[in-house]
Amino acid sequence: MQRVVFPNKILPYVLVAPQIVLTIVFFFWPASQALYQSVMREDPFGLKSGFVGLANFSAVLSDESYLNSLKVTVIFSASTALLSMGLALLLATAADRVVRGQTFYRTLLIWPYAVAPAVAGMLWLFMFNPAMGTFAYILRRNGFYWDPLLNGNHAMVLIVVAAAWKQISYNFLFFVAGLQAIPKSLIEAAAIDGARGTRRFWTIVFPLLAPTTFFLLVVNTVYAFFDTFGIIHSVTGGGPAKATETLVYKVYNDGFVNLNLGSSAAQSVILMAIVVALTAFQFRFVERRVHYG
Amino acid sequence: MATITLKDVQKTYGGNVDAIRGVSLAIADGEFIVLVGPSGCGKSTLLRMIAGLESITSGDIAIGDRVVNTLEPSERDIAMVFQNYALYPHMTVRQNLAYGLKNRNTPKDEIERRIAKAAKSLEIEAFLERKPRQLSGGQRQRVAMGRAIVREPVAFLFDEPLSNLDAKLRVQMRVEIKQLQRTLGTTSVYVTHDQLEAMTLADRLVVLNGGRIEQVGTPIELYERPATSFVATFIGSPSMNLLEIKGGSSDWSAPPAFVNQPGTASLGIRPEDIGLADGSTDNNHFRARVRVGAVELVGAESYVHGSLASGAPLVFRVAGRSRIGIDDEVEVFARPESLHGFDAAGRRL
Repeated sequence: MQRVVFPNKILPYVLVAPQIVLTIVFFFWPASQALYQSVMREDPFGLKSGFVGLANFSAVLSDESYLNSLKVTVIFSASTALLSMGLALLLATAADRVVRGQTFYRTLLIWPYAVAPAVAGMLWLFMFNPAMGTFAYILRRNGFYWDPLLNGNHAMVLIVVAAAWKQISYNFLFFVAGLQAIPKSLIEAAAIDGARGTRRFWTIVFPLLAPTTFFLLVVNTVYAFFDTFGIIHSVTGGGPAKATETLVYKVYNDGFVNLNLGSSAAQSVILMAIVVALTAFQFRFVERRVHYG
Repeated sequence: MATITLKDVQKTYGGNVDAIRGVSLAIADGEFIVLVGPSGCGKSTLLRMIAGLESITSGDIAIGDRVVNTLEPSERDIAMVFQNYALYPHMTVRQNLAYGLKNRNTPKDEIERRIAKAAKSLEIEAFLERKPRQLSGGQRQRVAMGRAIVREPVAFLFDEPLSNLDAKLRVQMRVEIKQLQRTLGTTSVYVTHDQLEAMTLADRLVVLNGGRIEQVGTPIELYERPATSFVATFIGSPSMNLLEIKGGSSDWSAPPAFVNQPGTASLGIRPEDIGLADGSTDNNHFRARVRVGAVELVGAESYVHGSLASGAPLVFRVAGRSRIGIDDEVEVFARPESLHGFDAAGRRL
């Protein structure tokens, strides 16, 4: 790291101030509020609140519906990240081979990223709504009893697909850039060395893409944890029977719908800890296996 | 081991850009061929066509007695050393060497045996377990060579493999490549733009210009009897002087047999064939008066850059340190047997 010495004593603080202010207002303040709320309990009429120690946490962690929500989140996040990254990689490798119209093809694939989560959710809801969805109709006509409003697994599939679809563009961009950064001579050397098709991909291309893949893994996990609220809210509302209630959705539901602020705050503190731990884990263990060129 | 035969090979990009315009060449088994030429002459394209990395627009390429026009690079049984080495950065040196063999389902003990042998001959045993980025340029170069050797292919293809090395290392690796090729006896095609590298490595040189072969021959043939004025000026450093012959010239004289030959358009003389005149006159010698513009001392010899009265430049060599100063006027001469005549199209007479 390079050390920079400013001749002016105040200037450096002024320069970092905007970032610090943003972080304080939008992270440290709400986070400290959440920490404070998580050890308090409101009375039913919201007139006073009292300190209850870790009672909220023990209540949350022994709550079966919370553990269910944890399970739902793990399934949802892992499926979303895998599906969106897998498809994006597939499309990126295909785009890498396109010689003509590459820009056009890429532009088309980037569009979904510009769609707001709630809108994306509505889009998929309309297409797969059992009552009026076109695709739902096709599925039913072919003998598949599709009903995301009653079947929890169907609902899960629907939000995973919707959430993954929105993230594919983003992943695609990074994978295309990553593929283009691989020197052409390496691919040619592999071709001469007798590695073809899938073998060349898994032994040469994929390992060289690892920095990109790792970065996307972190981003996609955080995305699936937090940024998919809009999709879940518009498509399933956490239902049916809490089958798609992720941790973030439960925080919202318990806090703003059920007005159990203490429990909701405790959940958000736990959620924060989970994401910090997960990211730390990824950097500690996964990144070790990543080769930076 | 195999011969490589090119028959009227052509390459056209996008329908109208001709990169290779009909190249025919027969490379003997075990021969070291160097393709040399200025940038954009098509030498790398030609090499890549032999490797199978570029398609052939028309013509035939055969390795051994097998026409390989449409075969995949891996099916041609050749190995290539790239300019940037193209080592797999995520693999250790050992894995880099083993990769091509593994893909061909070579038995494990055979792979081990070949790697050990190649590592020993290239002196890279000490860093077999390292990754390419932990190696210096010269070491990477050796690994790239090793990757080619372990495959025991029928031919080696080299695409300017030494151009990323510093001058000293380049000379050293040049000698090693030559020795290695001689020991292994593998047919080799080597691309370079460096004429010194070309001269020292080649059994036979192929000079390319604008997608065509200018001349094929041993280095000494090309040096002594260049077929065209292009080859004459490309081979040799500093390059050959070319003087235009326009009717009678006042500022220099040449043997009448030369100048009066019909069709002669230019006269070529190598700087090392020109000497300072000692006062005696011989009508059969090339003679000229030169005004000295600059003197380059390169160690054992000096190159004098001067100009004739007409302004035409002339470079000549003097042994040792020269007493000639800038703006001096000196008389120079060259023997008739060292003169090269070319016609208007640049062909040797």
